[in-house]
Amino acid sequence: MRLLEYQGKELFNQFGIKIPESILAENVEDARIGAQKLGFPFVLKSQLTVGGRGKAGAIQKCKDTSELETKFDELLKKEVKGELPRGILLEKMVDIVKEIYLSIFLNRSKRCFSIIASSEGGIDIEQTDNKIIQDISIDGISGELANAIASNLNIPDESKESFVNLLLNLFKVVVEKEAELAEINPLAIISDDSLLALDAKVIIDDNALFRHEDLQKYLYLSDLEKQAAKNGFSFVELEGDIAIIGNGAGLVMSTLDMVTDANGKAGAFLDFGGRATSETIYEALKVISRIPKIKAILVNLYGGIVRTDLVALGILEAYMNNVLTVPVYARISGAQSEKAKELLNGSNTRLFDTVEEAINAVVLKINTN
Amino acid sequence: MSTQFDIFRILSGIESDADYEKKPVIIQGITGSFGSTHTKLMRSYGTNIAAGVTPGKGGSKFEDVPVFNTMAEAVQASGSAISGIFVPAPFFYKAAKEALDNGIKLIVAIPEHVPIIDSIKVYEYAQKKGAKMIGPNTPGVIIPEIMKVGIMPAQPFTKGNTVVFSRSGTLMYEVSFHLSNSGFGQRLGLGIGGDPINGTNLIDSFELIRNREDVDSVVVVGEIGGDAEEQLADYIIKTNFSKPVVAYIAGRSAPKEKRMGHAGAIVYGNYGSADSKINNYAKASVPVAKSPREVPLLLRTRLRK
Repeated sequence: MRLLEYQGKELFNQFGIKIPESILAENVEDARIGAQKLGFPFVLKSQLTVGGRGKAGAIQKCKDTSELETKFDELLKKEVKGELPRGILLEKMVDIVKEIYLSIFLNRSKRCFSIIASSEGGIDIEQTDNKIIQDISIDGISGELANAIASNLNIPDESKESFVNLLLNLFKVVVEKEAELAEINPLAIISDDSLLALDAKVIIDDNALFRHEDLQKYLYLSDLEKQAAKNGFSFVELEGDIAIIGNGAGLVMSTLDMVTDANGKAGAFLDFGGRATSETIYEALKVISRIPKIKAILVNLYGGIVRTDLVALGILEAYMNNVLTVPVYARISGAQSEKAKELLNGSNTRLFDTVEEAINAVVLKINTN
Repeated sequence: MSTQFDIFRILSGIESDADYEKKPVIIQGITGSFGSTHTKLMRSYGTNIAAGVTPGKGGSKFEDVPVFNTMAEAVQASGSAISGIFVPAPFFYKAAKEALDNGIKLIVAIPEHVPIIDSIKVYEYAQKKGAKMIGPNTPGVIIPEIMKVGIMPAQPFTKGNTVVFSRSGTLMYEVSFHLSNSGFGQRLGLGIGGDPINGTNLIDSFELIRNREDVDSVVVVGEIGGDAEEQLADYIIKTNFSKPVVAYIAGRSAPKEKRMGHAGAIVYGNYGSADSKINNYAKASVPVAKSPREVPLLLRTRLRK
């Protein structure tokens, strides 16, 4: 779960990492009140979970009331990479002396957390060679190491202690809130030598959410995603018109690639996990049926443990209850597949022996309509 | 340490062992619905499930397998060095630690949705104990036609001389099915796991078979997310890995910053993208199949060279 900037800053604040004074506004009335409290000028920042806000013009300076009226509305309606903001953060401007980049991230191949730091703040960290990467133990960061990083970044002596404390606190955020990433870019040293987190990018480990009740309020799912999550499905909505359902993330991804290679356009990705029964397929079809743009469904099931005939019954039930109106193209390998074919004979579902045949049939059907 | 870890010796032993190919295995969570279903399937495949653990059910039996309250008792009674963990994710850390504290040398971690920090802690602890973890979020490990510890179906696998390492469960079955159909049996099938943290990652897996004469080739089933494939390509180049390798990567057409089912299958910027993986494989002369069906075709070409 990627937190919005203001949510990440709420966490930082809880852990003693200083942030600029700011107010979240979801509508222009809130923004007017916020502006009065904060005082002009300030910065308007779209609250998004996608990167590249600055370049997309979703961060704007605001110097007076008339600018607020026009810019606030403009930002609220502005999509970045297909995403509308969930509120705009009004944030006080500060006197920046120096900007730094600092993050702690899950280093997957090293199987530990690592610090990345750079004396150039506000940049795209992937694009610079001027950075240090330091692996850290899950048991903690020593003061010595934090000091060495401060020296490496040429942090002025007056701010060194603040930096060391901030780094230790950022590590606490990662461990205590179970984040995969906690990034401050930029981290500003301001005119009174203190440090302020001007931005916050925090990604929480979804699998740890069950033991963090305080973070669950940040979970933001569409109705479809909620319905999918309730059933334990992994679901991603895509741009096209073919829904792809299967058991296992890799298999569904692989099917998505093959559909794309065959000039089909996938509109949904749904992995219903290890257990394929008539109920799971029925619930999966129910989720998909709520997406109007879907014109056909491709089912790819693999597993010797899967009872194919039970899956077929789930599909039939979906038709009988009018959950399903679009055709289903299915490749179901597993036990009892002959029986499954018999069951589905005469329905709007076609069974194929290979996934390639199923894909060719569904793409042909959609692209010739 | 990984070079000395002989997974074949642990899983099936050597011919002079009295229990050759019948090494005892413990199942933690044996009475749960998942654990019990797969205990039956593993036994019918030939795995010697010698004991089970479910706290509170000690003294009972599942089929004719004795169930214990603790790992200490189960290890003492069975002499197992292998444990298949089938408990729900929130209980995984405790179960794994208990296994390692009682001398287990190989943990097969089946549960999905284990918190990352728990995986890191178990991994670090296993390192300290000279033990290994496969997974979490893995279908397990199989020596075809001999034994399996995991949830994979039996049908796709046949014995032979290639090995399959996979970040995805169902794709491991799918690719093995196509390999078997084309006459490429497997010496070993090992699920790396779909999580960001893998107790046994791709490089560790390559180390397991690097010097084995009964392995003539390697199939790597990868997916988007992380840099496991990039690191592997680098390893193949730097260590002059000499066996033919064929790869597959799922998720080429997935959107960025979306988690595609697996916790580990997510692309940030170029980090974790299929392009990055394919480019790195190209540097290591590893061909990448376009679909699971193409894997045996590429393997045949590579083996002819």
